[in-house]
Amino acid sequence: MTRYLIKKLLTLIILLFLVSITVFAVLFVLPGDPAQIILGINATPETLANLRAELGLDQRFLTQYADWIAKLVSGRGNRSINYDMPVYDLILSRLTVTGPLALLAMVFAVVISLPLGIFAARHQNRPGDVTVMFFTQLGLATPEFWLGILLILLMSVHWGLFAAGGFPGWSTAFWGSLKALLLPAFALGVIRASILTRLTRSSMLEVLREDYVRTARAKGLKERTVIYVHALKNALIPVLTILGLQLGQLLAGAIIIENVYYLPGLGRLVFQAIGQRDLPVVRDIVLFMAAAVVLVNFVVDLSYAAIDPRIRMQ
Amino acid sequence: MKRFFGNLNFSVGFALSLVVVLMAAVSLAWTPYDANKMHARDRLQGPSLSHPLGTDQYGRDILSRVMAGAVNSIIVGLVTVAIGLSIGIFLGLASAYHGQWVDEAIMRLSDFLFGFPAVLTAILITSILGPSMVNAMLAIGIFYIPVFARLTRAVAMTVWQQEYIAAARASGIREWSITWRHVLPNILSPLLIQGTIQFAVAILAEAGLSYLGLGTQPPYASWGRMLNEAQTFMATSPWMAIFPGVAIAWAVLGFNLLGDGLRDTLDPRMVRAR
Repeated sequence: MTRYLIKKLLTLIILLFLVSITVFAVLFVLPGDPAQIILGINATPETLANLRAELGLDQRFLTQYADWIAKLVSGRGNRSINYDMPVYDLILSRLTVTGPLALLAMVFAVVISLPLGIFAARHQNRPGDVTVMFFTQLGLATPEFWLGILLILLMSVHWGLFAAGGFPGWSTAFWGSLKALLLPAFALGVIRASILTRLTRSSMLEVLREDYVRTARAKGLKERTVIYVHALKNALIPVLTILGLQLGQLLAGAIIIENVYYLPGLGRLVFQAIGQRDLPVVRDIVLFMAAAVVLVNFVVDLSYAAIDPRIRMQ
Repeated sequence: MKRFFGNLNFSVGFALSLVVVLMAAVSLAWTPYDANKMHARDRLQGPSLSHPLGTDQYGRDILSRVMAGAVNSIIVGLVTVAIGLSIGIFLGLASAYHGQWVDEAIMRLSDFLFGFPAVLTAILITSILGPSMVNAMLAIGIFYIPVFARLTRAVAMTVWQQEYIAAARASGIREWSITWRHVLPNILSPLLIQGTIQFAVAILAEAGLSYLGLGTQPPYASWGRMLNEAQTFMATSPWMAIFPGVAIAWAVLGFNLLGDGLRDTLDPRMVRAR
């Protein structure tokens, strides 16, 4: 297990190094001079040169990269050009929106998909299964931002049950903030539930054909026990993989839905930072997001071993 | 043909996709109104006989714009799949044929690409190259390369193990000729299936980028862009937010089902597994 952990950790570090150098290189060639953007078009060449020197933009590629990594590793962090505050603090404050949004979306996805997937598998090729599969196809085809817009149309504009967008802040209004996340999380969750339902169904079907399930049934166990105690645990392994991938992607990819609902999350922050050429923010957040994807996958890998001892043995 | 149309997924998918393709083809020659021309007097009109899907904030006919948007979506689907297929097949075949370090390098490269947050990277790419439909296609297409490379590698490796390949080798045919004449034709089915599914994904992805203003630029019609514009007028003109979304879901559903149907008919092992 220790060797497995070390190997995984090494892969993780190499991957993060590659991501960091790529992100840095990509942003290095991004058109638009941050100094020009800060000072405006009337800035004199001298003031521009001074600010570039102050921001370290006149340094060579490798020097800038090393400086960036050194600041990250030492914990000093980088400062946002636009917000004039540490990017760490910015990320933390925005994570209080994106984090709960992603978690809530996953809760919706799991609560919808697991019962539906198990139901569809137990009723394979019968009308119930066909109906569930039809809705999952529909879910897969629906853009999440359109579902978000439709939810605003129905729940906010038509019924007035929810605000059409915005986020009051946890300290100002806890329930109001939670309510502000419900619709976007539902939009994200429903689409992901479509994938998870199909996966749960196919994984469950495969497990239900296994010998040990037949043995459990032959022993006279109740069908409920066979399904929920014996079959589900093994059927969950591929579901967990995709669940982990989805959580990582949600932390990194809720950009569009955050824009639909005007949520001050990480995605919206990085989207605005790209437009404003706030390079320290873009770099740190992209690296953070890539790290989130990689770390979640790492945790998923570890949880396999907890669920299925055969994997630990390998 | 009977085999294909006997499959429900294929039949429904084919019918839905055909509507999109026909709509796009017709729009090249005719649309009820000029899709980009503004008519200030007709702005924000609800669905009626003269404008079946209503008009937008500039008085443009939404049906005409949905039709023109179909061309946009089909081009995006075709070009992105072409990018992914052309480079992916090449890398996948090289990986399967050479094995060893070539295989290792190509597979780690694809792992690396998979590790990137896709939406964010697509946004970065379009920001660097400038927001446009062409750059959005490039940003999406890049992420298709590892998808097709991995698939090509996996199926090509099984084909290389076949006896007829050993026979071809024994008869002195050159390796590249075996790859071209024997391996490639035998891996086309899974690539076609995956291509159809990625086609649908590309339509969704482009709609998302256009929604953020990074894809197709105004005044040209794009379903994603139309949804972005609709959000401001949603309270008074809800039809603006409904029809472009229906068009996206229709097209994606069509191509997804078509892909599923192709898989059911071309790869019967998958049906048994499902």
